[in-house]
Amino acid sequence: MEGFIYLYVFMLAAFTGYEVISRVPVILHTPLMSGSNFVHGVVLVGAMVALGAADPNDPLQIAIGVFAVVLGAANAAGGYVVTERMLAMFKTGKKKEAK
Amino acid sequence: MNIQLPIDVSYFVVAVLFILGLKAMSSPVTARKGILQAGVGMVIATLITFATPGMGNFIYIIAALAVGGIIAAWLGKTVKMTDMPQMVAVYNGMGGGAAAAIAALEFVRTSAHGETLGLATTSLAILGSLIGAVAFSGSCVAFAKLQGIMKKAHRLPAQNVVNVVLGLGAIGLGVYIVVTGHIEGPWLLAFYGLSLLLGVILTSPIGGADMPVVISLLNAFTGLAVGFEGYVLKNPALIIAGIVVGASGSLLTQLMAKAMNRKILRIIFKPITGEAQGGTAVAGTMKEASPMDVASMMRYAQKVIIVPGYGMAVAGAQHKVWELAKLLQELGVSVKFAIHPVAGRMPGHMNVLLAEAGVPYDLIADLEEINGEFDQADVALVIGANDVVNPAARTDKASPIYGMPILNADHAHNVIVNKRGKGTGYSGIENALFYGDNTMMLYGSAQAAIAEVIANVKSLS
Repeated sequence: MEGFIYLYVFMLAAFTGYEVISRVPVILHTPLMSGSNFVHGVVLVGAMVALGAADPNDPLQIAIGVFAVVLGAANAAGGYVVTERMLAMFKTGKKKEAK
Repeated sequence: MNIQLPIDVSYFVVAVLFILGLKAMSSPVTARKGILQAGVGMVIATLITFATPGMGNFIYIIAALAVGGIIAAWLGKTVKMTDMPQMVAVYNGMGGGAAAAIAALEFVRTSAHGETLGLATTSLAILGSLIGAVAFSGSCVAFAKLQGIMKKAHRLPAQNVVNVVLGLGAIGLGVYIVVTGHIEGPWLLAFYGLSLLLGVILTSPIGGADMPVVISLLNAFTGLAVGFEGYVLKNPALIIAGIVVGASGSLLTQLMAKAMNRKILRIIFKPITGEAQGGTAVAGTMKEASPMDVASMMRYAQKVIIVPGYGMAVAGAQHKVWELAKLLQELGVSVKFAIHPVAGRMPGHMNVLLAEAGVPYDLIADLEEINGEFDQADVALVIGANDVVNPAARTDKASPIYGMPILNADHAHNVIVNKRGKGTGYSGIENALFYGDNTMMLYGSAQAAIAEVIANVKSLS
């Protein structure tokens, strides 16, 4: 049964992902791709948990774990900076400071 | 003391922040708020993870966090705006690599303890590894291509057979590991090796306008891999964020492929490689225009539509182009920018560059909005764009891009094409537009050529 709960979570998350961006203007395609690239940077959390559980006396486990955390951290940090830089450039001709 | 409850609450909040952030990022008005929300989510997720019960190796974790985070943030800050697509590719690949490495670590750790992960967990760990590894090596190839390290599209003889054999081989090995429980070094090494090789072989032959679709596809792959590894670790933040990105990334990939009238499977199995069939040869000659010709045509036009392409990005000419547009506007000429969905190396690449130069986004129109207006335009100025204005896509069934919607630049009264030289460009396809009766060629790097046009327009006013 517990496995099925996860199956439902997968399904609902998939529909959410589909709906959340269904109407996005072309102008935002690159920043959005970059933004979603940042969001999957949460893999960092998984890498931290995995490294945290690794056996400190086994160099192989530590090496794989450190590799995973370095890559995850790079995905998150780099993804944020790049997306932020792209979005910072968007501004309208007329002042449209609408919320 | 129950530390699990605050951790669970935090991950829940993080999942909500990510979804709200993505939602906000799909509208120009709220986009900046969106990345901020997602960023807050990421910080919360990272901090609360340190409180996970039974965690050790803090020194390693902090050191790895600092190394990866600082280098990537510094690179992201300093890289040129035109090089953004390959940076996205590289960070995406790293996420995929991290997901694959998490599974590898779980395999090594549990087998050291003599435990097993269970059928469902092992299956998803293997599946996530396969997808993550393909995203990792595929993104590295995409980076190498966009960065110009890897110049040509390499196509093996019997490429498709190799693709299928490698793919089935990796899947077969994965199934074997899951079913027999042979989670030992040699089998795992072979599995990861095969998966990485598959990523390289799949992406190597792809070039031209297909590149953005591939990056987007690999982005969706990484999302799925992260979601699956989230199940392995029973971590809800990873599951939700990963699957949401997997789904939204797949949708984005479809939108892009649709804009090019290409099927995703066709891109992978029948890529446009350049030296391949270039379509029907085009008869006629190209007429060369001087910067003065161009300047006077535009100065006395009513309506000018500018079509930017990757050539503008390479030359870093977006600021000059906007300077020219402003100058023409002051002289009473109506100026608009027409952006093809796949102009450049990523969807929206041109929008980003023009935004960087300060072009207000209400002057920028996409394909459906602007295509009817070319008939009234006096001048269509094509800067470093090629396939997206190639009329062969409408008529020539032999052309590899047949059927792709294009910008109707050839419908304008006069067409000016700025191009570095007479070659066929990135995808290697002949362009009939360049030989049209109403077309004139302005040779030279976009930066220099537009600067000369600006000087000439000024001398006319």
